[in-house]
Amino acid sequence: MCFVNEIDYGTPASRSDKTVTLTIDGKDVTVPEGTSIMRAARMAGIEVPKLCANDMVKAFGSCRLCLVEIEGRAGTPASCTTPVAEGLKVSTQTERVQAIRRGIMELYMSDHPEDCPACAAGDCEMARMAETVGLKEIRYGREGENHIWPAHDGAANPHFLEPDLSNPYFAYDPSQCIVCSLCVRACEEVQGTFALTVEGRGFESRISAGMNEPFLESECVSCGACVQACPTGALREKSVIELGMPEWSTVTTCAYCGVGCSFKAEMKGEQVVRMVPYKEGKANRGHSCVKGRFAYGYATHKDRILNPMIREKITDPWREVTWEEALAHVAKEFRRIQYQYGRGAIGGITSSRCTNEETYLVQKLVRQGFGNNNVDTCARVCHSPTGYGLKTTFGTSAGTQDFDSVEHADVVMLIGANPTDAHPVFASRMKKRLREGAKLIVIDPRRIDLVRTPHVEAAYHLPLRPGTNVAVLTALAHVIVSEGLVDEAFVRERCEWDAFEDWAEFVLQPENSPEAVEKVSGVPAETIRAAARLYATGGNAAIYYGLGVTEHSQGSTAVMAIANLAMATGNIGRPGVGVNPLRGQNNVQGSCDMGSFPHELPGYRHISDEATRAIYEKIWGVKLDEEPGLRINNMLDAAVEGSFKGIYIQGEDILQSDPNTRHVAEGLAAMECVVVHDLFLNETANYAHVFLPGSTFLEKDGTFINAERRINRVRKVMEPKSRYADWEATQELARALGLNWNYKHPSEIMDEIAATTPTFAGVSYDLLEREGSVQWPCNEKAPLGTPVMHVDGFVRGKGKFVRTAYVATDEKTGPRFPLLLTTGRILTQYNVGAQTRRTDNVVWHAEDRLEIHPFDAENRGIRDGDWVKLASRAGETTLRAKVTNRVAPGVVYTTFHHPDTQANVVTTEYADWATSCPEYKVTAVQVSPSNGPTEWQRDYREHAQKSRRVVHAEPAE
Amino acid sequence: MSHEAGVKTGKEKLIYMANQIASFFETMKREEAVEGVADHINKFWEPRMRRQLFEIIDRGGDGLKPLVLEAAAHIKRPQEARA
Ligand code: SF4
Ligand code: SF4
Ligand code: FES
Repeated sequence: MCFVNEIDYGTPASRSDKTVTLTIDGKDVTVPEGTSIMRAARMAGIEVPKLCANDMVKAFGSCRLCLVEIEGRAGTPASCTTPVAEGLKVSTQTERVQAIRRGIMELYMSDHPEDCPACAAGDCEMARMAETVGLKEIRYGREGENHIWPAHDGAANPHFLEPDLSNPYFAYDPSQCIVCSLCVRACEEVQGTFALTVEGRGFESRISAGMNEPFLESECVSCGACVQACPTGALREKSVIELGMPEWSTVTTCAYCGVGCSFKAEMKGEQVVRMVPYKEGKANRGHSCVKGRFAYGYATHKDRILNPMIREKITDPWREVTWEEALAHVAKEFRRIQYQYGRGAIGGITSSRCTNEETYLVQKLVRQGFGNNNVDTCARVCHSPTGYGLKTTFGTSAGTQDFDSVEHADVVMLIGANPTDAHPVFASRMKKRLREGAKLIVIDPRRIDLVRTPHVEAAYHLPLRPGTNVAVLTALAHVIVSEGLVDEAFVRERCEWDAFEDWAEFVLQPENSPEAVEKVSGVPAETIRAAARLYATGGNAAIYYGLGVTEHSQGSTAVMAIANLAMATGNIGRPGVGVNPLRGQNNVQGSCDMGSFPHELPGYRHISDEATRAIYEKIWGVKLDEEPGLRINNMLDAAVEGSFKGIYIQGEDILQSDPNTRHVAEGLAAMECVVVHDLFLNETANYAHVFLPGSTFLEKDGTFINAERRINRVRKVMEPKSRYADWEATQELARALGLNWNYKHPSEIMDEIAATTPTFAGVSYDLLEREGSVQWPCNEKAPLGTPVMHVDGFVRGKGKFVRTAYVATDEKTGPRFPLLLTTGRILTQYNVGAQTRRTDNVVWHAEDRLEIHPFDAENRGIRDGDWVKLASRAGETTLRAKVTNRVAPGVVYTTFHHPDTQANVVTTEYADWATSCPEYKVTAVQVSPSNGPTEWQRDYREHAQKSRRVVHAEPAE
Repeated sequence: MSHEAGVKTGKEKLIYMANQIASFFETMKREEAVEGVADHINKFWEPRMRRQLFEIIDRGGDGLKPLVLEAAAHIKRPQEARA
């Protein structure tokens, strides 16, 4: 078993392309200008002792352990803060510097606990450095003034501080702290939260979280960057304290969000000891958020179901059965249903949480095995409009940049996205760029954190009324065209000129002027104008957007409006610009790429295309249906009408994630065989007849594709607890249905994907092993993938401008429902919360709250923390209120992480016109004081409890 | 509280969806708009949905926008044999 070790170069890389040559310990070294001597030495294989530097943050030069001598210069400069220069002759190991280093270490060690547990475990640089510099004895002893002893000679030690154990995942023990400030710098530079400071000076100085608070009560977001940076045992993962140091590790990919951070899973046997962000991970560059680093406990949670289960009626208790029995039962039922109700009476749902290989197999099962195209995925409810909108305008269904691109942006326009909560690691990278001076425009009904956060302030915030995105985006275009800010050369060369002229005429119409749009959106015309000017003329301008754009009845139109803006201003096809959807779940991109939609084969090729079908017909040996299949919502409609009877749902909780919970429940209840394949008895499973236990990302090999089209490897670190990895379970089901599938490893599935999908033609596990990751398209033309798309021309040939008329949503407020509800998510919880609710992350978010403006709250006699009833045309639920002016008057906001809240009981069935992506972001509601759960919540809870009963099988034999 | 609560029946939903598609294309040139609506429905609607749409159209198309009716000539009729 091996351990993935990464080199720490001591200081960050220099971006200069000029090089400098110098000599270090007699070796010639050539490095980019601006590199520190420490880094240059490390690049030449020479390790200079250090305590207060690492290659993720700027050098600070406080420990003085890294001193060197330079010929012709006086003194002993610190190598971490001294840049290289042409012809320097550096010595890192002279008698003189060695003696000084020993002296420094001796002082440090005299105030470091002799019995430091971290040193003993090998998790503390102090012991290692003491050894490196050859420190043998500590002459001063540990009797003098120190931070180690709680009390000495009967008197309390005023310098001693109790360890801070408030954070559920890491501990801070001040007695081991050497005040090197690496944690402070990590929090500032890497995470961008500024939660830590060095208080006091000299011997008195200390690290303090917030205003001298416990970590948990400070602004700390528990990203763990400080823990990773700490060279001593002062900041340590509690899991390491508990389990000891890991023994082996491998690189894998986080299974939470669309950032797709790379981690080293550090293991002891089959147990995860800690997850450490991988510096070579190109999405995250060594950083992560609280979910990926710490919230993996769900993988071994006691609620996990490990045996297949069956029941006849959804009111019966579950009966544990063998895999064989469960699969045979599903096969028999599905065939019976098809015989009785027709080939189109069953379908499948792929998961954006599962791997590409698994998703590919589920859609293959549906198309090859079920003989229809009734396959859909939960991306339907989040980013399907991105696919439609970008395909129409650019010719392909994906974001245009890599995350590194943000480092080159001068203007960032953030629309309907809240990255500090939903895409934290990307947010940190973006904040870093904003601190360097890039300008920010925020278009969002809520005053999200980024509007104003330490050292970042948006140039403009356009707090539009929910549902008016298209109006505002078209008004921005109006300004750009009417004020002559169009990049005409770009448009003439790259886009269809006729379509552009038609579009320009359209956006100039008076109803699209900022003044007219002010009336519907509530955004002052002047702000719209100023934002448009900044976007068009501020240099490299990049758009990042999220579900606040897509989850609307005009979601697809808004995506096209965004694409129009980027084309009109020439902000496409190079680093620093582009149109970037921030995807929700870890593999939303991949599940879409893999042909999860009912009208598309993998690689976004329409099912009606004969040549594409022929590729699959040849290797699958069946005739494919050329008609598009049913979408999730249409499956449910068809179920209610009686023509759809069976469904295989892998890794999705449609009852909780889809709009209008009652409609979903009604549809599921009308089916005869609902098969749920998941880790937990989720809400959908309350309506299931068969439950197949799923596997976590730790239990399988595969790939995820993140929001930048990056194909990242997922590596197995433990055996599947329920016997089969999800891809194996699907394969077994296919076999039970009589299909001849024989994949021995997910790499063989990827080979089939590569062989059949032009944009993946060059992808293989070998390539991923070599390169770490690649971004599709990856084929002959781009053997190592494509970081930036549309560089020399659009995928569709010429870019297409599309008219984007604003159509007001039919979801309107009125006397009965005077407020607009919009929904979102928060940092520590993930999607419907099935995983994060089963970790210590609940300390940050124990329940969903309804945010309401003080004005609206007062009118209704609602105080902070009160129970309130939230009602819409579709239904009602109760939750507690949070009175805040982050939301505007007239708007309320909630998250949907907890099943008891049932926020989707309230959302309506209105949806995007093109893709049926539900309109989660706008629902007309009323809020009133309440004293407890609604009838639906009580009934539902009762049903849920009942339907979760399991009768355990007698042990076999 | 099904109907009053705004939950539409299958047919109502279909009409609503078709009209929503028409609203997007309405601002374009007529020819492009007709083509756009028909193409969209051909590409994304499962045969069951198109069959229902034709049932509505064949009964006079009550509730459908004129653009949808105009596009109907270009919408593929699902084959009868298929479920
Ligand atoms: S965990 Fe992250 S946010 Fe919290 S103090 Fe450490 S670096 Fe800062
Ligand atoms: S949840 Fe997202 S940001 Fe956090 S570690 Fe995972 S991939 Fe990275
Ligand atoms: S590492 Fe250079 S001064 Fe601490």
